[in-house]
Amino acid sequence: MANTATLPPAPASTPGDERIGRRSPVQKFLARPEVGALVGAVVLFIFFASVSQTFTQPNALATVLYGSSTIGIMAVGVSLLMIGGEFDLSTGVAVISSALTASLFSWNFSLNAWVGVVLALVVSLSIGFINGWILVKTKLPSFIVTLATFLMLTGLNLALTRLIGGSVSSPSISKLDGFDSAHAVFASSISIGGVEVKITVFFWIILVAIASWVLLRTKVGNWIFAVGGDANAARAVGVPVTKTKIGLFMAVGFCGWILGMHNLFAFDAVQSGEGVGNEFLYIIAAVIGGCLLTGGYGSAVGGAIGAFIFGMANKGIVYAQWNPDWFKFFLGLMLLLATIVNLIVKRRADLK
Amino acid sequence: MNAKQIDQQTLLKDEKDPLTHTPVHLLSLDKIGKHYGNIIALRDVTMAVDNGRVTCVLGDNGAGKSTLIKIIAGLHQHDEGVLHIMGEERKFNSPRDALDVGIATVYQDLAVVPLMPIWRNFFLGSELTTGWGPFKSMDVQKMKDITLKELAEMGIDLRDVEQPIGQLSGGERQCVAIARAVYFGAKVLILDEPTAALGVKQSGVVLRYILQARDRGLGVIFITHNPHHAFPVGDRFLLLKRGKSIGYYDKKDITLDELTAQMAGGAELAELAHELEQLGGHTEALKEVQAEVAGVADAADSADTSDASRENSPRHA
Repeated sequence: MANTATLPPAPASTPGDERIGRRSPVQKFLARPEVGALVGAVVLFIFFASVSQTFTQPNALATVLYGSSTIGIMAVGVSLLMIGGEFDLSTGVAVISSALTASLFSWNFSLNAWVGVVLALVVSLSIGFINGWILVKTKLPSFIVTLATFLMLTGLNLALTRLIGGSVSSPSISKLDGFDSAHAVFASSISIGGVEVKITVFFWIILVAIASWVLLRTKVGNWIFAVGGDANAARAVGVPVTKTKIGLFMAVGFCGWILGMHNLFAFDAVQSGEGVGNEFLYIIAAVIGGCLLTGGYGSAVGGAIGAFIFGMANKGIVYAQWNPDWFKFFLGLMLLLATIVNLIVKRRADLK
Repeated sequence: MNAKQIDQQTLLKDEKDPLTHTPVHLLSLDKIGKHYGNIIALRDVTMAVDNGRVTCVLGDNGAGKSTLIKIIAGLHQHDEGVLHIMGEERKFNSPRDALDVGIATVYQDLAVVPLMPIWRNFFLGSELTTGWGPFKSMDVQKMKDITLKELAEMGIDLRDVEQPIGQLSGGERQCVAIARAVYFGAKVLILDEPTAALGVKQSGVVLRYILQARDRGLGVIFITHNPHHAFPVGDRFLLLKRGKSIGYYDKKDITLDELTAQMAGGAELAELAHELEQLGGHTEALKEVQAEVAGVADAADSADTSDASRENSPRHA
């Protein structure tokens, strides 16, 4: 072949490249997205354990876990969404919308509580679908789209609750059929060695496990990383970008439904003005857990650790008998430190 | 006129597909056109791709090369003309459509996600799965093994397929993208400026892969602005300028000098030399450019093609 004569021969493939030293397992571990958060969690745990006697008691730990789970359940969905390159500001109020839908609908028509629960699931998934659909159709940034949804849902929550129930709080549904069974499913406690652990903790763990499996071991997980990392590249190799993004918003909706049902059945009524501001807690948990705001990088476990850090700080301040007024300050400081640690750890690990 | 243009009609009648021995092309474009609003990006482009042949698309920046491949790859739809795949008229609505008929594209930006590991990128969009129903999961070990094996066959000495692909060099990433397309059974391989950002040696390596892909029976569309890269590997050459075809040649009908002359246009090079002279460039460099101008002008004369007349007269295919 005369044409090929001018071309250099292919480089001989040498086993074991001399340019690259082996990465030790420790370095590989340090390159994981959630490592910064894990270090932070351990430090925080040791800190609170040393300043408070009660913090390490099983009951206190169960309380910390419960606090963490109410953030963590949402953080699972929000982490996945953030890895997929978007975020959602409507999550805090969407949780309350879900709870209000269930309670107002079944109360208004005196139906079995489970009817409301199912309707709430439909509504939660629809909110997610609409967020995602508007996003992919208009190509507006998710910040704008979900900010609009956030405002609209806040208004709807207040207005519809007053219109239907006549008060700022939804009417009590504890007398309805199915309330007890729904309470058992969404808001009961399970006793482990004499310690009452709220069922949300188990929901949280199951969701984190499922999300991790999806993210690391299924093709949908591959697509989530890809649409967050480079949506155009993903589209070019045949990844259904639109479906993946809408699906992620719906997954957030599903998590919101679980938490909404817990909020409702833990008591028997919901305050219509609640939830505002919680969306940031979920995002903070995901970011502390190592999810990049720009997408394409992160883990579900990271979001869980972020939520755990949040839970520890939240309850730890109480156990340490400090003034809880300081909590937000510490939260902000922690967010800053965690993200800086993430950055440093990641750079170090990538360089090696 | 030495460089005879290929008559598309006779080609369709007489030339047979070297693998299937049928008188149809693997892929052919007939008078394809595309406009974005009132901007005409591409007009009247005709070309063909066959198994085991390399069709080069040459043109300067803004010549319409990218638009052309986006149409073939399914990212854009053409407004005029017809696109035939194996003799069947098609219009792709999405890249997935194009992939399904075996058209794989290696983009300039390579369509890889930098933060993702090499093996995830390799199988992105076509993941291997095991299991059943909702418990279907990726066959991670198999995917890693295949990635390593395929890349080794391409002569890429990879250390770790878990590495984020963003850490590889430009040439290596290019080869991963080509290996990916070849592995997934592409019939037509589109390479968008694969050598543009590469050094001399790495370009040579990529050109080798183009020939390897050709020898495996793929139809290759090689897009470049460098005639020195196109000529050694190409079987046919389509020259684009300002969205129009300014020539479509078979290898036997054109020489490298003629190709270069067509590409650059002797007048433009002469102007460059003049400009450099005025700016007081190095005399040696100037002499070199002037020598090239002379060479190009000769070739252009022998090819009997002045750019102006070519651009004004519509090309009859």
